Amino acid sequence: MTQDIGQIWVYLSASPLLGLTITLLAYQGAYWIYQRSGCNPLANPVLIAVAALVLFLLGTETSYDTYFSGAQFVHFLLGPATVALAVPLYTQFRRVRAMWFPVLAGLVAGSLTAIVSAVTIGQLFGASKATQLSLAPKSVTTPIAMGIAERIGGIPSLTAVLVIVTGILGALGARWVFDILNCRDPAIRGFAIGVASHGIGTARAFQVNEQSGAFAALAMGLNGAFTALLVPLLAGWMQI
Amino acid sequence: MLSALTQLLVFQLSGEIVARGLALPIPGPVLGMLFLFVALILKGGPGHHLQTGSQHLLQHLSLLFVPAGTGIMVHFHRVSSEWLPLLLSLLISTAATLAVTALAMKLCLRPAAAPGERP
Repeated sequence: MTQDIGQIWVYLSASPLLGLTITLLAYQGAYWIYQRSGCNPLANPVLIAVAALVLFLLGTETSYDTYFSGAQFVHFLLGPATVALAVPLYTQFRRVRAMWFPVLAGLVAGSLTAIVSAVTIGQLFGASKATQLSLAPKSVTTPIAMGIAERIGGIPSLTAVLVIVTGILGALGARWVFDILNCRDPAIRGFAIGVASHGIGTARAFQVNEQSGAFAALAMGLNGAFTALLVPLLAGWMQI
Repeated sequence: MLSALTQLLVFQLSGEIVARGLALPIPGPVLGMLFLFVALILKGGPGHHLQTGSQHLLQHLSLLFVPAGTGIMVHFHRVSSEWLPLLLSLLISTAATLAVTALAMKLCLRPAAAPGERP
């Protein structure tokens, strides 16, 4: 006897298989669109995949917890992936050792600006405490930012979305900021993009110029580590 | 891949143990990344397995953000009631970070370059 579709759905929706499979499908589809758009930063694959999944889950009245019981297998890999960032960081580190002083100055100034300005502006316009804490690590790569948010009492999933939006804003707008400042050095441009908008900015920098990309990748790694040290201290000090 | 994943997990685990053990505010995986970074400097570079394994893992790093990003559906209410501070904060802070980082580096590069060295 064949089961009707309703019964199959009842089985599938309770199994981790569905959450895992739709995550991979949504991402592959989103990545295809991203490539077809000529890697346009507006067609960010994470943004498209998340939008598709949210629509699907809302449409099928599936709760996020049910979905996450399957998607957690992908989510878990964020930990080892964060550790793996040490490898490209090491490769870039050797290439730019000669410029250590300006790199260090840019890192400290940029990292502080990113955290303090995000929280202060949020505070100024009436964001709640949890939102302010979720904003603090918005300029660093998602696995690190989520780890920080979790640690200081922000909302990791809100941080994940804020990080992605920050990356897209930086990738789109950096050129204008640099033009206004009359900054043409590809090393500086790359490093600033990496500090402000992590991996999405880094991907963009690599498209423009190889040297910019290398500096952006270095900036992303350094800022991730530095912000992880800085935010918990600043959060206590700024009393958010 | 198996050897690389094992190495990464060992570093993550040691990062987690040190972070919890010493009650450090840093996320365990970040500490694991710093440990691996120091190990790579001491060792003079990653082995073949770790090099290719981490490349594979990082190639589709964006995929790993999707489950967490989807969690936004639980926070629709927060985002719709706080969209203005969120938007202004992201816009202004991102522009300020780009500008301050670039200016700080420009300032520190200038004394190093001899006159006429840079066009």
